[in-house]
Amino acid sequence: MSTTATVSDTPQAAIAPRRIDWLPLSLAPLLMLIAYPLVGSASSWLTLTVAGLAMGMIIFIIASGLTLIFGLMDVFNFAHGIFIALGAFVAMTVLGALPDWTQADSLGLNLLALALAALAAMLAAAIAGLIFERLLIRRVYGQHLKQILITMGGMVVGQELIKMVWGAQQMALPLPAALGGSLIWGEVAIEKYRLLALVIGVMVFFCVIGVLNRTKIGLLIRAGVQDREMVESLGYRIKRLFIGVFAAGSALAGLGGVMWGLYQQNVTPQMGAQVNVLIFIVIIIGGLGSTGGSFLGAILIGLLANYTGFLYPKIALFSNILLMAAILLWRPQGLFSTGNR
Amino acid sequence: MIVQPLLKLDGVHTHIGGYHILHGVDLQVPRGQLTMLLGRNGAGKSTTLRTIMGLWQASRGQILFNGNNIVGKATADLARGGIAYVPENMGIFGDLTVRENMVLAARGARNAEAIDTTRLEWIFGLFPALKKFWQYPAGKLSGGQKQMLAVARAIIEPRELILIDEPSKGLAPAIIANMIAAFRELKQTNTTILLVEQNFNFARQLGDTVAVMDNGRIVHSGAMAELAEDVDLQTRLLGLSLAAHQ
Repeated sequence: MSTTATVSDTPQAAIAPRRIDWLPLSLAPLLMLIAYPLVGSASSWLTLTVAGLAMGMIIFIIASGLTLIFGLMDVFNFAHGIFIALGAFVAMTVLGALPDWTQADSLGLNLLALALAALAAMLAAAIAGLIFERLLIRRVYGQHLKQILITMGGMVVGQELIKMVWGAQQMALPLPAALGGSLIWGEVAIEKYRLLALVIGVMVFFCVIGVLNRTKIGLLIRAGVQDREMVESLGYRIKRLFIGVFAAGSALAGLGGVMWGLYQQNVTPQMGAQVNVLIFIVIIIGGLGSTGGSFLGAILIGLLANYTGFLYPKIALFSNILLMAAILLWRPQGLFSTGNR
Repeated sequence: MIVQPLLKLDGVHTHIGGYHILHGVDLQVPRGQLTMLLGRNGAGKSTTLRTIMGLWQASRGQILFNGNNIVGKATADLARGGIAYVPENMGIFGDLTVRENMVLAARGARNAEAIDTTRLEWIFGLFPALKKFWQYPAGKLSGGQKQMLAVARAIIEPRELILIDEPSKGLAPAIIANMIAAFRELKQTNTTILLVEQNFNFARQLGDTVAVMDNGRIVHSGAMAELAEDVDLQTRLLGLSLAAHQ
């Protein structure tokens, strides 16, 4: 093999290596800075900020699964909430079966119980996701209207199945003993569970980003978002990838359900449906299919909800809608397009 | 010398929705040669390639690859079986870097470091721009550079058959000359290529054999040299569009 051809290497314009879009990334620090003088007290501001970040992380965990499902598979899965509720109920069952661990005055045992509950929830949600994809989603790929109708129907059926197993009433999901209460530094009070949620949210984010950006599977997912047919033409079975992504997305919803249920300290069969709107707001703000965008969108929603809840409680009720409208006016495609993942 | 066909289409029909596009295509692609598939717009050339690749299924007829009927096989299985495809729109993953595009095409490689270095250097020799813009988003490349990347992806691993749809489309003459040089180099590796083209000047410089399509059928097949020398035949087969081809 020898070199024969010479090719003009002049770029069409000023080609630059992939750059980070810093403007959307500056929004969260900017919001924190703006809120500081309005809140007035440093301790209240810190408490609200940590609470907002923790809430954002939980919302991100819930939304990240749908971001993957929508981004790769172009599926409007309005039944995503059912995997959230399933995860929460499974976690409640597991934690309820381990009272010695959850009530022990040992952070290690508490975390172990929580990890087991989270794993069981993710497994159950992933299996449910596989069944859901096989029974319903597979029939409506590429048909958005049918997707909306069939997944909403699936949501109703899923809720009824949960009621059959666990009953229709609201049930308590108490925090393990060592995760209750707050850490106090002077006038700053930070709930321990929120700190844990913050850590888990960041871990999930880096795991998802790591898989997407540093593995071949992630490369395939990112390529599949852009051109499924070409991925097939390169020899990869994209249907299998779809199924895997749907299961992974459902598992993340299950984990989100555990976090959300513990955050609310109760579970209901309707809890998934209740957060569905919030999830869609997050993925629209972030840019459809963008994991980084969802992460940022969730943080903004969490921060804004906490700041406005403290400063202007009436605005807090629709602060997320206001945020979505403002961001879409600025960037109609959301904060990041899928390419900026 | 009779060269056995690597690919043989026997009476292939393709329907897309309610439209009957291919009306019994009979085509032979000799092993180790570059076969040109010519014809005017809408003749069915791209549909033929997509049908071979399994992106659209043949409704009737046989497609024999290495003697095995591949009708009904999944696209991914055909790719794994040794067929590479470069679509008319090039199919570049614009949000991925050039490196990432190549890693995806090299199915056996987990990352760029695992790609066969000798082969990669050979490709860089064919298309130096790819080395220069290795870490750049593929979507930012010029049209010619994207076409080079599309072809490079198809040859990053040895394939038995490469299907290429209009590689010269929209390219500047200088870039077309580079592509011709690259294809000549590729031909020396005895790779079998089926290349759809509208640019007759491009086609006659590269083709060993040629087939001309019209209305979803093959209306002529033979040696490229014969067609290149027979102006009357060119005019009859390629008609008024010949001037554009030149």
